[in-house]
Amino acid sequence: MEQSPINWGRPRDDIYGHYSDAISQAPNTHSLPKKHTQQPTVTGSSVIGIKFDKGVIVAADTLASYGSLARFDNMDRLTQVGDSTIVGIGGDVSDMQYVQRLLEELEIEENYDNSGDQSLHSENIFNYLSKVYYNRRSKMDPLWNAVLVGGVDSKDEPFLSHVDLLGVTFSSPALATGFGAYLALPLLRQLVPYPDSYKNVTEADARAMVEKCMKVLFYRDARSIDKYDVATITKGNVKIEKDIKCKDQNWRFAEDIRGYGRTTS
Amino acid sequence: MSSIGTGYDLSNSVFSPDGRNFQVEYASKAVENGSTSIAIKCKDGVVFALEKIVTSKLLVPGANQRIQTVDKHIGVVYSGLVPDGRHMVSRGRSEAYNWRSTYKQAIPVDSFADRLGSYTQAYTLYNSVRPFGIATILGGVDEDGPHLFMIEPSGSFWGYHGAAAGKGRQTAKNELEKLDLPNISARDAVNEAARIIYLAHEDTKDKEFELEISWVSASETGGKHQHISAEHLAEAKKFAEQATSDEDDMEE
Repeated sequence: MEQSPINWGRPRDDIYGHYSDAISQAPNTHSLPKKHTQQPTVTGSSVIGIKFDKGVIVAADTLASYGSLARFDNMDRLTQVGDSTIVGIGGDVSDMQYVQRLLEELEIEENYDNSGDQSLHSENIFNYLSKVYYNRRSKMDPLWNAVLVGGVDSKDEPFLSHVDLLGVTFSSPALATGFGAYLALPLLRQLVPYPDSYKNVTEADARAMVEKCMKVLFYRDARSIDKYDVATITKGNVKIEKDIKCKDQNWRFAEDIRGYGRTTS
Repeated sequence: MSSIGTGYDLSNSVFSPDGRNFQVEYASKAVENGSTSIAIKCKDGVVFALEKIVTSKLLVPGANQRIQTVDKHIGVVYSGLVPDGRHMVSRGRSEAYNWRSTYKQAIPVDSFADRLGSYTQAYTLYNSVRPFGIATILGGVDEDGPHLFMIEPSGSFWGYHGAAAGKGRQTAKNELEKLDLPNISARDAVNEAARIIYLAHEDTKDKEFELEISWVSASETGGKHQHISAEHLAEAKKFAEQATSDEDDMEE
């Protein structure tokens, strides 16, 4: 019996001769087996989010990379869903666009017989997404993303949660995906070290820290760009600012990086 | 309808010798007896209004909405057989959804009217079905601005500045013609729509009715179709009551 994974279970060619597909009307056994997504292709980098006393700020840069190539510099990765939620998506861009269409469909169907009233709250959208992602990973065909859902929930409290390609979910007053989890999260946690700390954080403080984080990410994440979108969600209001540039950049530190600045060896 | 069908009215899809389809004409009769619905195309949107006769005191006020949303940017209202209308709305929703899944963008309003028009027309072609007993009024805002269409039971449809169907259509049409369409603002159109429904109701004054109004406007609703708020509706009702009582005074 053939032991190679591609022809597993077939009679061995070297003993019985080449197997005729016509006998079993089997699909061509010599092509590779069907494969699901095993790596992302065009990708977005970090998404960061932080709660403050009256709401949430979510930010993501506008770069979509093709491998290490900076392929698209104008990709909107923050999507508004309903009246009080922003979904920020990192990872595979085509999967992001698929998820954005799912969310749009969800929103349309939710509003069919529900004219005017707001019924889709942040926690509902997050719950829906977590099920979509877990379902796909359970089919061994994951949607290759890491997602932050930020907004105001049905009790008018700030809401911020994370779900990723494995369907793993968690919440925290400060969250970041991708490289942001290493580079931005420690900075954000300076403002909100404990679950309730966000109640003492003003929007201005949170905003300043988000801008700092985006700058640090641009410094040290090679798949990032110095142009980003920021969404601020408070009760009854979603504000999206597009194409903000990283301000006051200082690249002095680059000189000390081996192979980058003056030190070439 | 003066002439009698003489046998040519029993089956759908069969012409009479003088070239008429009686089943379609009878369907139009069902529309004429339905409750009044109107729509106004304004500067940057469309306003829908409906006179809903209260058939029982046990019905929950404000429930059983009959102006419905078909996609973000499109609303539908109809006069005639309500279940036929419900079916048309559900068909409209799947048309709008299918368009989105094919083209990855919202359906333009004229394409939407075309789809539902063809669907309505198909129900005049076979003897196994009957035509729709409704006139479908649909409108919305797309890239090219506001659009308003009305589909008749025959499947033919036209674009309108103002459309009316049902019992009070004649009164409503007369009033719609007096308006400066489509240059009126969405807010004014809401008031006028309320007034016209109140006026069109005069002939069946003995019956109680509920007013339903929705709108889709680039400036007022961000291009989304939705019912107006309860406060806004109360305001429109007040305007309508005021305007209709003034008119009565003038006649006296």
